[in-house]
Amino acid sequence: MNVRIVESTLDPADAILDTEHPPGTPWMHEIKAGQVFRIIDLEGNQAVDTIFYNARDTQERYSLIDTILAQGNLYLGVGTRIMSSEGRPMLTIVADTCGRHDTVGGGACSSESNTVRYALEKRFMHSCRDNYMLAINTHPAELHKRDVVSNINFFMNVPMTPAGRLTFEDGISGPGKYIEMRAEMDILILISNCPQLNNPANGYNPTPVRYLVWDAPKAAGAA
Amino acid sequence: MSSVLGFSDLPPLARAAVPDRSATFSDELVLWHERMPGGLHWSGLLRRGNTLRIKTLGANANVSALFYNFEERSERYNMPDTLKAQSTAYLRKGLVCYSDMGRVLCSIPESSCAWHDTIGGMNDAAVVAGKYGIQRYQEHRNAMYRNARDGFLTQLGKWGLGKRDMVPNVNFFSKVIVDEEGDLRFVPEHSVHGDFVDLRFEMNTIVVLSTAQQRLDPNPRYEPTAVELTCWRSGIAGKDDLCRNSMPENGRGFINTERYYL
Repeated sequence: MNVRIVESTLDPADAILDTEHPPGTPWMHEIKAGQVFRIIDLEGNQAVDTIFYNARDTQERYSLIDTILAQGNLYLGVGTRIMSSEGRPMLTIVADTCGRHDTVGGGACSSESNTVRYALEKRFMHSCRDNYMLAINTHPAELHKRDVVSNINFFMNVPMTPAGRLTFEDGISGPGKYIEMRAEMDILILISNCPQLNNPANGYNPTPVRYLVWDAPKAAGAA
Repeated sequence: MSSVLGFSDLPPLARAAVPDRSATFSDELVLWHERMPGGLHWSGLLRRGNTLRIKTLGANANVSALFYNFEERSERYNMPDTLKAQSTAYLRKGLVCYSDMGRVLCSIPESSCAWHDTIGGMNDAAVVAGKYGIQRYQEHRNAMYRNARDGFLTQLGKWGLGKRDMVPNVNFFSKVIVDEEGDLRFVPEHSVHGDFVDLRFEMNTIVVLSTAQQRLDPNPRYEPTAVELTCWRSGIAGKDDLCRNSMPENGRGFINTERYYL
């Protein structure tokens, strides 16, 4: 498997935001064009289910299909332009010490899909889409379920084979690994730090992650 | 491994709502036919228990499709849920199309084509202009060049839906593979004249279709293939059904779907 590891030159001491996010909760935050956003997988193999919106017009949002077709490849890594539903770049991945991130598996988990994939009785286990529903109903952006589209799963490994199999592999991430991206427009971030216990998405042990944001001038100096 | 609740654990009244057997096609069960030209768009309501048979009228057909619960349109086809529940990278006979609510919108009890794509997206005006050029209505009337995305937005508007309801679609009769490095590759010459797929609707479903060429199709000519749509009264999946029994996950998906209609 070809993975590209590129370290960041940014110093966390310069970050304007540095916050920890526990598993099983949502997080919404706006960053501005030019700012850089880093997600750190603190304990390794934690799935971070993420949707990006154009903060100024939330009808424009992360598009799984536009992103994979723009690069002709299924997996996200350094150099990936995360594309919107209008075919415009939203963010560019500029550093990555994990090496591969999932698109087609995003499919944030839900209580409904848990009843199909695992057991009818597992409806009552906590899930990413329950996080998303609560987040959108308590945030001023007035998002609706229609706006909850296929998401990115940072740090997750869901390979497809040429013969058409889809497998859920153990993750390749590890403690302290991170992914870093530069915003190409003002972005509203919606994240569920995944609580799934029924598959290897979180190594069967959901753990916290950490977010940092740098302002554009500092980032430009380091690029 | 612990035993997991299934069909036999349901109350008798719920089990009685499911027919013993799935039906097979016959001409007496046909409700309507419609010939859909290549490159065009269509939408309609397919009710629970009706099957939409799509048959190709030429080689290299492509039918982009999306599905929405007629009664709650925020519930729609969900590609990642569909692929992950069935541990597959593509659709074929014996599998189903899941909504984002753990229900089966439609199942695929018959298909002469062994692989249907659901990661290759659909073309749009910019892609069509770049690949084939521009043919406007003014000069070409109904032979003007069309594209899938505009077709979908046109049809979605008629149901009160729009851009916010566009999600990854199915491309029946197309094949896109992912190689060892994750690169996407369109497989040409995949579908032949006369290929067909049966979509048996287990829910009352808004169906949106476009017969535009698949976005990754390298053919440099604008020559989308026509299809014939036939709706026939199949009834829902029976207790013995291929799709219901193809894997325990689908057994549970059908239970979720049937509960919705009890």
